[in-house]
Amino acid sequence: MILYIGRRLLGVIGVLVAIAAVTFTIFYVLPSDPAAAACGKSCSTERLTAIRAHMGLDQPLWRQFADFVTGIFTGRTLGGGQYALHCAFPCLGYSYENSEAVWDLLMDRLPVSASLALGAAVLWLLLGLGAGVTAALRKDTLTDRVLMVGAVAAASLPVYFTSMTLIYGIVRTAGLLPYPQYVPFGDDPVHWASNLLLPWLALAVLYAAMYARQSRGSMIETMAEPYIRTARAKGLPRRTVVVKHGLRAGMTPVLTLFGMDLGGLLAGAVITESLFGLPGIGRLFYGALSTGDQPVVLGVTLLAAAFIVVANLAVDLLYAVVDPRVRY
Amino acid sequence: MTTTTTPVPAGVPAGSGPWRLARAELLRRTSVKISLGVVALFLLMAAGAPLLSALCGFTPEEFDKTAVDPYLGGRPIGPLGGVSADHWLGVEPLTGRDLFARVVHGAQVSLLIALTATAIVVVTGTAAGIAAGYFGGRVDAVLSRLMDLTMSFPSLIFMIAMLSVAKDVNRVLLMTAVIGLFGWPGIARVVRGQTLSLKRREYVDAARVSGSGPWRILTRAILPGVAGPVIAYTTLIVPGMIATEAALSYLGVGVRPPTPSWGQMIAESVAFYDTDPMYFVIPSTCLFLTVLAFTLLGDALRDVLDPRSARA
Repeated sequence: MILYIGRRLLGVIGVLVAIAAVTFTIFYVLPSDPAAAACGKSCSTERLTAIRAHMGLDQPLWRQFADFVTGIFTGRTLGGGQYALHCAFPCLGYSYENSEAVWDLLMDRLPVSASLALGAAVLWLLLGLGAGVTAALRKDTLTDRVLMVGAVAAASLPVYFTSMTLIYGIVRTAGLLPYPQYVPFGDDPVHWASNLLLPWLALAVLYAAMYARQSRGSMIETMAEPYIRTARAKGLPRRTVVVKHGLRAGMTPVLTLFGMDLGGLLAGAVITESLFGLPGIGRLFYGALSTGDQPVVLGVTLLAAAFIVVANLAVDLLYAVVDPRVRY
Repeated sequence: MTTTTTPVPAGVPAGSGPWRLARAELLRRTSVKISLGVVALFLLMAAGAPLLSALCGFTPEEFDKTAVDPYLGGRPIGPLGGVSADHWLGVEPLTGRDLFARVVHGAQVSLLIALTATAIVVVTGTAAGIAAGYFGGRVDAVLSRLMDLTMSFPSLIFMIAMLSVAKDVNRVLLMTAVIGLFGWPGIARVVRGQTLSLKRREYVDAARVSGSGPWRILTRAILPGVAGPVIAYTTLIVPGMIATEAALSYLGVGVRPPTPSWGQMIAESVAFYDTDPMYFVIPSTCLFLTVLAFTLLGDALRDVLDPRSARA
């Protein structure tokens, strides 16, 4: 088990370095010269050279990348002489826009995106698994059909439509909830939840539908396994059979899906954040793109990738807990 | 999703080939008929976009100031967002551009990108999956690593970033390529698994023993065997592709205005949600209907062509 985790962690680091390399190449080679942008319109050649040197852009690309990766693990000093700037661990560089450390910017926005993702995840798991398992246990009945038709329809609803309908219906017309504004959980948990309820719902509708479809399928398959028949034959109550024997094994495919979805969402649901005006990582990313702030773009991409690979690793480890047949 | 063994549908002579049976079974279902109808409608709409907009008399980029009320902040004149004999689905606020013409041309852009990206994904995914499954060993190891790596990319974020830094060449082509780049591992995994189980079958051994080369075995023995799941899977990834195109255009990194696309129309209409909800409803409904139709069609195809995975 420990050996397995160790091997997987090495793999995670490898994947992240590979993603960093690809991202780095694309975003530092393709676009316009950030030094020229920082220098402004009337820019002398000497000043441009000085800025390029300060940003490390005069170095060969592999050297820039090596510096960048070392910086993440150990911190590094940017520039030299009177402009030297130490960038502490974990150094992702400084924003070209407002000279703040990218890491600080990310950590500043992370609570918003994480609140959005985690709250929505709880909702969609409850809704999705509830509907999926109910449909599976009543396979081929009216309940099953209604739930599944509903799930297909809900999965096809564009998120813009759900979001705007929620905003219009619940906020503007009925006035039941405030227009979403982020309130930190530590300040006021009740307002935190009531403000995030609508974005949670908008995301949850979309994902719950997919989870209902997936969990119905895998529950039907699991409930047909011989060991379920054995459990039933032993005279165990139906509840125990469904929850302890069926659900546990039936949840492994759902868990895979969940790891990928949650990992992807933690680093910002760009569209949902923009529809509801939430200042999360998605918004930070979007803003950084429009101003060509490459260190921030690279930082968000890396953070998102890190969430995805770590979530996948966590899911693989959870398999052993959820499904007694899996051993490492 | 409902049946795992396919009974021979009525009206099909016994001993018919598997494709004929599948077709009969599919056409028996009402959901298939309806969703095929919707898909056909939108495809026709996309293909005949220039013709249709000529018929309604407006091009998608043509302003019509007479259709909006300058004293009410450019609100469309007439009920339901300016529906009239001239403008069948109403007009855009401020500009008075015809929504029917825009939605029809938007269908062209959205579906062209989604379907081409799907084609790229299916071809590369199937090729990679067959190669990984059939050759095994080092080929499999490299391809599987590549699949893992591609799946670890935060794809939407990456697509947005790539599109926003790329030089302005051909937006449609660029979007297709970028969307296609990240989709292939899913189908490659399905095909790889299927190939692994097929390559040890007797008929494949028989082909090998009788002297067929790898190319012939791959195309004549393996490919027909994976065709069913691939077709089903293809239909099921189209909705995702349409939604991705819409998302990218919504975020403003897709096709450039004035070329319309559904996502971009939705993005523009959000600002008018209070005053002119129809402007928002029309592209959203198109998006919803196509995604729904492709999903239903894909579900049915999977039930019929790939009964083993139909339950999952």
